[in-house]
Amino acid sequence: MSMAVLYDAPGPKTRRNSTIASVISAVAILAGLAWVFFTLAAPRVNANGAEQPGMFDQSRLDILSDPEVWGAFGGGVVDTLRMAGAAAILAIIVGILFSFGRTAASKWIRVPTSILLELFRGMPLLLLILFVFLLFSTGSYWAGVLGLAVYNGAIIGEALRAGIVSLPKGQREGGLSVGLTSLQTRFLIEFPQAFRQMLPIILAQLVVLLKDTSLAYVVGYPELARTIKNLQNFYGSRYLFTLFAVGFVIYLVMNLTLSYIARYAAKRSGPKLGKITPETPKIPGAEGTRAITMPRGGRSYSDTGRAPE
Amino acid sequence: MDVISNAIDALVDITPLYMEGFLLTLALLGISGLGAFVLGIIIATMRISPVPALRLCATIYTEILRNIPLLLVLFFCAYVLPILGVNSDFFLLAVLGLTLYTSPFVAEAVRSGFNGVPVGQAEAARSIGMGFTQTVGLIILPQAGRMVVPPLINVFIALTKNTSVAGIFFVNELFKATYAAARDNGDVVVLTLVYAVALYLAITVPLGLIAGAIEKKVMVLR
Repeated sequence: MSMAVLYDAPGPKTRRNSTIASVISAVAILAGLAWVFFTLAAPRVNANGAEQPGMFDQSRLDILSDPEVWGAFGGGVVDTLRMAGAAAILAIIVGILFSFGRTAASKWIRVPTSILLELFRGMPLLLLILFVFLLFSTGSYWAGVLGLAVYNGAIIGEALRAGIVSLPKGQREGGLSVGLTSLQTRFLIEFPQAFRQMLPIILAQLVVLLKDTSLAYVVGYPELARTIKNLQNFYGSRYLFTLFAVGFVIYLVMNLTLSYIARYAAKRSGPKLGKITPETPKIPGAEGTRAITMPRGGRSYSDTGRAPE
Repeated sequence: MDVISNAIDALVDITPLYMEGFLLTLALLGISGLGAFVLGIIIATMRISPVPALRLCATIYTEILRNIPLLLVLFFCAYVLPILGVNSDFFLLAVLGLTLYTSPFVAEAVRSGFNGVPVGQAEAARSIGMGFTQTVGLIILPQAGRMVVPPLINVFIALTKNTSVAGIFFVNELFKATYAAARDNGDVVVLTLVYAVALYLAITVPLGLIAGAIEKKVMVLR
């Protein structure tokens, strides 16, 4: 909803007030940032009375010229991406299986799948990774990959199911009436449409997956967050802030890039091309994740949930 | 029989640990949920405010926090903040981290609720002569409020699961308890894990059911 409708068109006085408010808040925000910057830069005295240099002091930044540090960060990024890539592929496969299980004709498949799905969606991913790590002794890489794949697969599966359910009945009937088997109809007619319609949600979920690789920290996998901790242990706490800042920027760049790609892809091949259904269906329970998942600005409630009235 | 009695013994042994962890998880959920709710509403208000500087600031805040992992936020709170001179209990630091991390999601849920109210509602209110306060207070808020509840509950479900990350940073909540129990009871690892999962589900499943029920009710109204 555009907010413009809520106000009268601003007159000169309102416009002036708005400008003043804008300037005042901008100054306040900048002052806040400056305060943070100078607090960080100022040397501090610790409990023993010893003076420590500020956060931007040369003695804290000198590791940045050390190629080994950058090598370690590079390794962390590669390991993070390796895990995310494998987990993403598996998660989509698991998601497809879940969606077929949930829409199966037989009750004996449908009900157990639903229970399994609730289970995976309701438990913390961290616990799931630990579960795999301890029970199947897979090593930290596969513990992370399998945990991420099953957890995100459950969410993707639910999205795909919602996509399949939302298709008009005629699609399935049409497929069956031209002589395709039930399975062929599902694969050739229903699934491609559901997949395309749900692509934005699936892609957004993959962004979440990339973020969640950091949870493999707990089983000691050397991804980016673990790399920061390891470097701190190696070089000393003096560098922690610097190391953290570098890791922070790397994460931000990685995730924003992926979000951007996801948004671009969603725009290219989102619901518009495959649109047969009158409205994009709602996935029960997915809003919580969708707020998490939707790359920024993504789709608001008005263009996911409800038909325009 | 021996195996079973052993297992039961182990479960009884770890119960106090788990209950302590469970209560701490609930405390994390409650306090940071409340904090995130308040902060989220402030952020949402900033994002729809007529002042561009506030809008920009809220947008950047949301972008940053949504694109870094929770682990990194808590890492910042647990390791970096103490270096910067914040001396506090790890529990409070974890609450701070979870609050910061969850607030943009609350803001998005609130904003999407506002967006879900059809423009025609506001237009109709304006056209019969209602002012800004009346339009928002009498027409938009009552409708948006209802629609915000289910996605908001889902944010809190996600928060429940996210509290487990605090266990990595020295907060003795349920995940930490599970970790310790699984380490000490090598023979009944499965049971310790299933026990913990059941406790988490005891929070998330009822919340999900409530969200579903409210959603159904709201749908009827429309």
